Amino acid sequence: MSTRAFGARVQRNIDPQLLRGEGSFVDDIPLAGALHVAFVRSPFARARINAIDISAAAAHPGVAAVYTCDTIGELDREMPLLIPHPSMKDARTQRPLARGDAYYVGQTVAMVVAVDRYTAEDAAALVDVDYDPLDVEIELEKAILDEAPLVHETHPNNVAAHFVQVSGHPDKAIAGAEHVTRVKVRVDRSTAAPMECRAVAATFDRVTGELTVWDGTQAPISVRGGLASILKLDEDKVRVIAPHVGGGFGQKVLLFYPDELLVPYAAMQLGRPVKYIEDRRENFVGSSQERTQIHTIELYAKKTGEVVALRDSFLHDTGAFIPYGIAIAQVASTSIAGPYRIPNIWVEFTAVYTPTVPITPYRGCGRPQACFAIERAMDQLADELGLDRFEIRRRNLIADAEFPVLRDGLLFADGLAVSLDSGQYGKALEMLAERLDVDNFAAEQEKARREGKHLGLGMAFYVEGTGLGPYEGGHIKIHPITGKVYVNTGLTSQGQGHDTVFAQIVADQLGVKVEDVILVEGDTKAFDWGVATFASRAAVVSGNAIHKSALIVRQKTLTAAANMLEADIGDIELRDGAAWVKGTDRAVPLAAIATATNPLRYAFNEAAKAATQFAPASRHDGPALAEGQHPGLEATDYYSPACATWAYGVHGAILEVDPELCSVKVKRYVCIHDCGNMINPMIVEGQVMGGIAQGIGGAMYERIEFDSDGNLVNANFVDFLVPYATEVPQVEILHLETPSPLNPLGVKGVGEAGCIPVGAVIASGVEDALRPFGAGRFHQVPLTPSMIHAALAAA
Amino acid sequence: MNRGTIRPRLPATSIDPKAAVALTVNGEKVSAEVSVRMLLSDFLRHELGLTGTHVGCEHGVCGACTVMIDGVSARSCLTFAVQASGAEVRTIESVAAEDGGLHPLQEAFRDCHALQCGYCTPGMIMNILSNLESDRPMDLSEEGIRDMLSGNLCRCTGYQNIVAAVRQAADAMAAR
Repeated sequence: MSTRAFGARVQRNIDPQLLRGEGSFVDDIPLAGALHVAFVRSPFARARINAIDISAAAAHPGVAAVYTCDTIGELDREMPLLIPHPSMKDARTQRPLARGDAYYVGQTVAMVVAVDRYTAEDAAALVDVDYDPLDVEIELEKAILDEAPLVHETHPNNVAAHFVQVSGHPDKAIAGAEHVTRVKVRVDRSTAAPMECRAVAATFDRVTGELTVWDGTQAPISVRGGLASILKLDEDKVRVIAPHVGGGFGQKVLLFYPDELLVPYAAMQLGRPVKYIEDRRENFVGSSQERTQIHTIELYAKKTGEVVALRDSFLHDTGAFIPYGIAIAQVASTSIAGPYRIPNIWVEFTAVYTPTVPITPYRGCGRPQACFAIERAMDQLADELGLDRFEIRRRNLIADAEFPVLRDGLLFADGLAVSLDSGQYGKALEMLAERLDVDNFAAEQEKARREGKHLGLGMAFYVEGTGLGPYEGGHIKIHPITGKVYVNTGLTSQGQGHDTVFAQIVADQLGVKVEDVILVEGDTKAFDWGVATFASRAAVVSGNAIHKSALIVRQKTLTAAANMLEADIGDIELRDGAAWVKGTDRAVPLAAIATATNPLRYAFNEAAKAATQFAPASRHDGPALAEGQHPGLEATDYYSPACATWAYGVHGAILEVDPELCSVKVKRYVCIHDCGNMINPMIVEGQVMGGIAQGIGGAMYERIEFDSDGNLVNANFVDFLVPYATEVPQVEILHLETPSPLNPLGVKGVGEAGCIPVGAVIASGVEDALRPFGAGRFHQVPLTPSMIHAALAAA
Repeated sequence: MNRGTIRPRLPATSIDPKAAVALTVNGEKVSAEVSVRMLLSDFLRHELGLTGTHVGCEHGVCGACTVMIDGVSARSCLTFAVQASGAEVRTIESVAAEDGGLHPLQEAFRDCHALQCGYCTPGMIMNILSNLESDRPMDLSEEGIRDMLSGNLCRCTGYQNIVAAVRQAADAMAAR
């Protein structure tokens, strides 16, 4: 290979298969005689369950079994608290099937297994549950009041967790400040809405005792660990496979959803394969959501605009349960100072139970909320001090020479230090200003206003802690028959293109084509060391682990090739799937090297003859493998980051607001983005654009709506507005590449970046456009036409 | 279930009334007895094994299940299998060449990185293809293409690359 694969716009290995309709998503896996699951779900946000009568359902033709909490054996327990933290007391998690109480509309109460989904749904409607509905309070700010009904009797004021983090000496700095800006902002609840809903299928082979589970999860190894321990099976007898997964965006990293335990259980009980394919309504009422936070943020500044301290206090809605701990609130609180120097920080949050769908990370995981708070506050500070929005940021952005910036006292969601590792924040801001021609915008805006058009410029900066620990691994083996390179890692893909970017990393080291590197991930039988896909970590953590393994395999290959070619190791180069003596036509293919390094007894093919015991190349003294030597060209290594690596960027947009229709049209959207060295810019841009589209949804359209009784009233794609192509603007992306000093590849994560600042950009732009009307400030997203109307009416 | 336990007797079928359907799928004649309420998407996927057609919402909004019925794009999640009796149905499996070679539209999707998870992709392709193959003139402006895509949700790509892929495919097909 003469050109480097790392950094190139390489087409994706996986695409032809997906484009031909030959993907293998969970419901595509053929399972002969599979039974299908439908759930009975609570119609009340909070209720006592007096009795469940399953007799009519169980007698319904085609029904194999109906389960309630009384008939699921060891599964009748509160599911695991995934991330314990001292700020939570007696953290509450859900039971697979409700026992005694229901805590949100959609909670699973009984499970029907039948010959097909149609029949299962019929029977589910026949399950008779006797409920006593209880009072509820859905609104976050009211839920913490003394008179609010409790979600859990165990938790006064519905407080699930309370935590304060401090960096520097905020009290002292606040005392010396010359100006304070105070802003209260709110980000509402949304949902990941992956195009493929969640899905679980299981089959139990009672002859071998093996349980195989196909699960559209982001964390198959952890699912296996949980299943083995809860079902009391040997780990080796449980195989969890995350096949092709149609988007995850965090929703699929939670374990366990009730079905992930109940479906394997039913498969074991009934001796037939069992499938649960979540439908869209169930994805709305049964799978995790995120975002609602209300921040009250104060910036303490000098008259020059230099912010010397920040105080932020926020409420975080955790829904009815808190299985993922405080991760989202912790990410929000540790990201609150954004890209700014601000040396003194006091940040506090209260996580609050509400009788609603539980909250776990959705792409962004607290970062969009923190960004919305700090960026809206920065805009206001600029206004109050008579400074331009770009200028206030220039005066506060961390300078290139100041890195690394340790926010001493703050711990990130992986329990490690918050230390911003590298960046060119100032340059990014200037690139945005130039691209949007900010200097001339005021004149353009004025001209448009004279023509009756209301343009606004919105902008927001963001940082993103990515590549969290604890670790991932990479296993690489050069296949002796084909010479193809097989790569495994423990996490799994939901469309990010791992199979291509990891192949690019390996291709450079081993001199093979990207398409000859075959990635197998998300299968516990292929590789079962590792954690999961979350927090924009795959490229950083698995990528570097695979890189380290590739270096070992490269060295083994060079050593073996030097022997075979009787050349000095320094004269060997790897390219075109072979090892060459530089400057000559003497070469040996990787397959032959892989074969020759694997001492053989049987000559099963032509190449194998060279490795059999009487072949000249195999003749040596002592054992065929020297002590400590391993057969073939293979290695496994791991990467464990010392702390997160911080990507960043700045977005800007030109909007047009129609004060009559109260509509917002995004005329231009510019993204300056830096995720360190890019493995594949095409894939990076895809991640960024997809993130921005979700950000546009969160900024203007997507809001999960509960009525005062806790019914989710827009649990479908008609009423919950995921943007179509007609709502998402064309995006202009400019890259910066500031390598991370923390890892060998110099990479940072990119998965969540795009969605983080969009809400703040839109609010900033709408505010700018409507300034002449005296419409005031926009401190809530999604920013809807009704809000614009209300703001204009109040002006 | 332990090895020693006797397998429970489980039902094999539902008691749904059945009806005969006979239709052409990807050029091949198929006939079957199906439940009268079976969706066309379930029929294609689970009776015929054509799992390339995906199901995203089951209420006709996301477009993932789009197939062509008698040359026109249609939601297979809102169509009963019995309604398709007598019709000619085309699915994503018919688009590439027999040897797996990609159609220009599929090539364009790959070139432009117009797919990520690939779940919405078959429905997108079938919708776009029905437009590219129709006799009606196509509006290939930015707005026109986005309007054409406005019945298909994608949660991964942000659509920009899909718009580019449509443009590339239209050019490639016009040149043929």
